[in-house]
Amino acid sequence: MENNDLANIASQVRRDILRMVCEVSSGHPGGSLGCADFLTVLYFEQMKHNPAPFSMDAINEDVFYLSNGHISPLFYSVLARSGYFPVSELGTFRKIGSRLQGHPSTDKKLPGIRMASGSLGQGLSVAIGTCETKKLNNDSSIVYTLHGDGELQEGQIWEAAMYAAANKIDNLISTIDYNGRQIDGDVEDVLSLGNLAQKWIAFGWEVLEMDGHNFEDLKATLAKAKSMTGNKKPIVIIMKTEMGQGVDYMMGTHKWHGSTPNPEQLENALGQLKETLGDY
Amino acid sequence: MKEIEILGNKDTRSGFGEGLHEVAKTNDNVVGLCADLIGSLKMDAFKKDFPERFFQIGIAEANMIGIAAGMTVGGKIPYTGTFANFSTGRVYDQIRQSVAYSQKNVKICASHAGLTLGEDGATHQILEDIGLMKMLPNMTVIVPCDFNQTKQATMAIAEHEGPVYLRFGRPVMPIFVKDDAKFVIGKADTIFEGTDVTIIACGHLVWKSIEAAKILFEKGINAEVINMHTIKPLDVDAILKSVKKTGCVVTAEEHMRNGGLGDSVAQVLIQDFLAPQEYVAVNDKFGESGPPMELMTKYGIDTLNIVEAAEKAIARKNA
Repeated sequence: MENNDLANIASQVRRDILRMVCEVSSGHPGGSLGCADFLTVLYFEQMKHNPAPFSMDAINEDVFYLSNGHISPLFYSVLARSGYFPVSELGTFRKIGSRLQGHPSTDKKLPGIRMASGSLGQGLSVAIGTCETKKLNNDSSIVYTLHGDGELQEGQIWEAAMYAAANKIDNLISTIDYNGRQIDGDVEDVLSLGNLAQKWIAFGWEVLEMDGHNFEDLKATLAKAKSMTGNKKPIVIIMKTEMGQGVDYMMGTHKWHGSTPNPEQLENALGQLKETLGDY
Repeated sequence: MKEIEILGNKDTRSGFGEGLHEVAKTNDNVVGLCADLIGSLKMDAFKKDFPERFFQIGIAEANMIGIAAGMTVGGKIPYTGTFANFSTGRVYDQIRQSVAYSQKNVKICASHAGLTLGEDGATHQILEDIGLMKMLPNMTVIVPCDFNQTKQATMAIAEHEGPVYLRFGRPVMPIFVKDDAKFVIGKADTIFEGTDVTIIACGHLVWKSIEAAKILFEKGINAEVINMHTIKPLDVDAILKSVKKTGCVVTAEEHMRNGGLGDSVAQVLIQDFLAPQEYVAVNDKFGESGPPMELMTKYGIDTLNIVEAAEKAIARKNA
């Protein structure tokens, strides 16, 4: 897909995110905006997937797990814009009776969600499980995950990292949203990750780096990662992003991790993002 | 009084090991995961005969639960094996989010539950696990009573779509369930019919309840003994039918009084049929090191405790 087309989708996705969280005055816009370019490229260009009818078992389909479930507005927008469920349903986000729970869940049967997430640190283990099942099923498709950088403070991530390397899980491409910010401030101040690339290398992973806002780099790095599957090593991409990307006043701070714009701020933000596919 | 034939003596964990091996022969989707306790969980035979379906996770129980949940996407039926303490308390949030809330077809198989783990002491003797697991929506909780029933339950849960907690233990105990009995989830077994008191038990306490019923019979008391192998969903009909006949209840379990089988039964009685109930359970204490059967006595969950509880329940009924 052309970079321009991807940018148009990402712009619409960012509008969706902002309108969703503003309407209910809750949700996590910062990380959602920061990963919008990545998830757009993943779903609209890289992944082999079948939005309808949705199959929980994903036989011969690539699978994506959102381990940092709080950026659900992004996930929901990309799923809806990909055809998993009607775009109009985005307007129900976080409201009573909605399938679009605050954090992704399977119990409301929203197509596209295969595992609940929200309590952090669990998605890597889950993805490894699906990788193992795909191997048993002789299914050559790939499992993708996305994690926050703050999420890497959870111990379970490193249990899973050790297992994946030791057991040659090579149908897995994990991405870290390396924006350097978490709720309480900069990751460096809250609990430093140290040398993150060296940590993953020491755990036995192939490590790639990518610019999460450069479509050329996103496409090339994800393609490269795909070409590296099947080589007896798990793959992680450390993706540099800006929390709040696309809205000037939300960038350069952790303030918008979990707080939402008021209607006036929303209008300002929407003025910076082109409506390309029609608002929901 | 009906004779209960002892068919042998074995540990319930060996029933799990045999059941897993057996069900794997006919169900290709069954996979086994273990957190460095293959010998303790008796998973050796499964590992030997189905190496491609066995996953050694290492000492990383949170990762094991997550991997198990992920394996269900694509149709596998994962059985996880470790001690009850590490199967529940240690991984509660992983089970809550990735298994129970996500409605994944994971079978959490937990050995060395309760005091009868023995000498390792309280760090390993979980007495809260039934409560923890039964509080989770979507979770089925099964506590079989002997080797044969554990084997049958291990096989039966493969046919049940959804999360299951299967709890068993370490000590060698009498086998009294017939080897061709059919295990039905949520359907209690009545072992003795009686008219004076209902004893509702699970796990190792079922055998203790049989012993207690014999002593009570010598004293002229006819106890009805119900093996409540499924704590959730609870066989409410079996409880009400029996208690409406006997008018009083004893519940017996190798678990904390808070949150166990006794509390589940009490909820039924409070809502549907008020009757005196006595608990045989550990009362808000951690265990300690010691020989399993001596611990049962010391912590008040032995045969004579059931006898006393039955007499007290009958006295309250007649008061």
